[in-house]
Amino acid sequence: MILKYLVEKEFKQLLRNPIIPKFIFAFPFFALLILPMAANFEVKDLNVCVVDNNRSTYSERLVHQVTASGYFRLSKVAGTYQEALKSVDKDESDIILIVPPQFEQDLIREQEARVMILPNAVNGIKGGLGSAYLASIVSDFNRDIRAELIPAGQTAKLSGIDVTRIFKFNPKLKYKFFMVPAIMVMLLSIITGFLPAFNIVAEKEAGTIEQLNVTPASKFYLIVAKLIPFWTIGFVVLNICFGVAWLFYGMLPAGSVLTIYLFAVVFVLAFSGLGLVISNYANTIQQAVFLIFFCIITFIFMSGMYTPVDNMPQWAQYISDISPLKYFIQVMRLVYLKGSATAELVQPMLALLGFALVFNSWAVLSYRKSN
Amino acid sequence: MKNPQLHKARANWTFFMAFVRKEFHHIFRDRTSILILLVMPILMLVLFGYALNTEVKNSKIAVYDPSRDVVTRAMVEKLQINNYFMLKKVLNNASEAEKAFQSGEVSMVIVFSENFYENLLHGGYAQIQLLADGSDPNTASIITTYATTILSSYQMELMKTGKIPYLITPEIKLLYNPSMVAAYNFVPGVMGMILLLICAMMTSVSITREKERGTMEVLLVSPMKPLYVILSKAVPYFFLSLVNLATILIISYFIMHVPIAGSLFWLLVISLVYIFVCLSLGLLISTVVETQMAAMIISAMGLMMPVMLMSGMMFPIENMPVYVRWISEIIPARWYIEAIRKLMIKGLGFSAIIQELSVLVGMGIVLIAISLRKFKIRLE
Repeated sequence: MILKYLVEKEFKQLLRNPIIPKFIFAFPFFALLILPMAANFEVKDLNVCVVDNNRSTYSERLVHQVTASGYFRLSKVAGTYQEALKSVDKDESDIILIVPPQFEQDLIREQEARVMILPNAVNGIKGGLGSAYLASIVSDFNRDIRAELIPAGQTAKLSGIDVTRIFKFNPKLKYKFFMVPAIMVMLLSIITGFLPAFNIVAEKEAGTIEQLNVTPASKFYLIVAKLIPFWTIGFVVLNICFGVAWLFYGMLPAGSVLTIYLFAVVFVLAFSGLGLVISNYANTIQQAVFLIFFCIITFIFMSGMYTPVDNMPQWAQYISDISPLKYFIQVMRLVYLKGSATAELVQPMLALLGFALVFNSWAVLSYRKSN
Repeated sequence: MKNPQLHKARANWTFFMAFVRKEFHHIFRDRTSILILLVMPILMLVLFGYALNTEVKNSKIAVYDPSRDVVTRAMVEKLQINNYFMLKKVLNNASEAEKAFQSGEVSMVIVFSENFYENLLHGGYAQIQLLADGSDPNTASIITTYATTILSSYQMELMKTGKIPYLITPEIKLLYNPSMVAAYNFVPGVMGMILLLICAMMTSVSITREKERGTMEVLLVSPMKPLYVILSKAVPYFFLSLVNLATILIISYFIMHVPIAGSLFWLLVISLVYIFVCLSLGLLISTVVETQMAAMIISAMGLMMPVMLMSGMMFPIENMPVYVRWISEIIPARWYIEAIRKLMIKGLGFSAIIQELSVLVGMGIVLIAISLRKFKIRLE
């Protein structure tokens, strides 16, 4: 019974706040409409600067094949390497293709020629993918040339093993499909992490915590009453996310929505528990915010949201194991894109349950009714 | 007094310094916050600098190999040699691939055609399918490219055709970051993000706290001009940020081995300007809102995602659609990160960062001007 009044109090407090209710509705829209557009690693329209020292039919065909591929845009035709380098310095070009002076002669007479590919590798992904694409265009070109130059019949032996690539689940390799589920998790963690962190410490600063402490309710009820509004908020935010993802990106979960709800309940429980723990320890709102900010941002970067956990050094992989976001993002991507069923997701579920249990018991234990 | 103007200026200065001293006391009394503020950037830089790694390695793969002959086994072996791939599972059936993907165990499945070696030897033709998990698009295209390269170079070895006729070899030389150290890309980004968020969060509560606690009146009745009241709030945080900037630069140079290839002087200049812009952003938030909670919601929750995703720290700005690019241009971190990349990694000088520097100076002036307009000298 007392729980009902406590929950009512928490809801009233939350809804009366001039900024929080608006924020809860506006933030998911903003985040999901704009951020997936920005979070785009798709490498296309790379600016290529060509230094063609050969100017033969073959070199011109190669350049044409590069620009016709759809991955590259000819940004500059430079006379010298220095000129090309300057264009990369100015960020006009991302990659340089150099055809040496003897290209055609070498190719025909020596049967061996080379071209130089110089990507700007400050951004590793862009440099790596860009040079891989360019190299594969060169080798396509090479195959065409070889087929022309070698009389038919002799080529059969060369095409021995045929390697084909097939991309499952996201055949067009749309980066948005990868990011949208992760951005939902990020949103959920920011909202259900920060708000509880403000909660208790704000009552401390305002002095209203005394009134809570003199109620006959036990610590357990006090904490549960504080958690329930955040569950509701999490649920609202998640549904807004589903709607926006469906309306604007045509994304519906390949798996079951119920699976996502189930995980979301545990995830929000874990995260708001963490927020309350921090709120219990902090003396000022500022301290609370710095701490939860540090936790959330660390969890986000260690979660494999941007770069796969497999790429991290071993010690960093251990740290990523304590990020609740890692598990929920993993699950969201599996369910949204691959339609994995609940049975395959037991391990992340156990991990999230563990976090929920630890953080919430900690929150109850660290709450002090008396000073 | 011979020169009343000089006298006035001196009095103003004394007032200003008294205010600054007050702010210092305010801030440094809260030891916990200071500790958090000084340690947090170090931890974040080291953690993210190492953890954000775009270099794909140890990708988990599964193999479906019905013929299990010398060649297919050698190929699987070859794939694992240089740590790009790690064989996690051997499938007995091609249909198990789906299951392996759905549990998230592997990111690529290699499917060999039946009677692989025999067909290759007699028919001169065999097939390999690389099934990659496209849900992570970049990893998928990078690992399939690696695998294709490894497999075709093994094929050349195998065919022993000696010289391949009419061969064009692409030679790849990576500019600026030859060993593809991911830190070169991410450290400038992480620096920009940390400074912006921490500076804005610090100052955004500075004025609202006084409003909430009721001490604002005391400030308002002082003879100080609003501009100096606002600036005096920023001074202690400016010093704190300088300490943070120093630790960040020292760690990234000596521990993460990120070069400072360009001019250190201009690196410091633009960093100081940037810190000032970020502090002013916080001050603006502080003058506009009434409560600490609202200030924190805007500075921490509101700024975090745009700064992470739209500043060019992770995702290249030129990939973004035009209207998103416009939004990114009002984020100070976008300009700072770009300038830092030019100065630290590319080793360019002042002339390369004129645009970024002037944009940041402009932002600082505009932000302070708006906060001054919004600063109410009367109580409501």
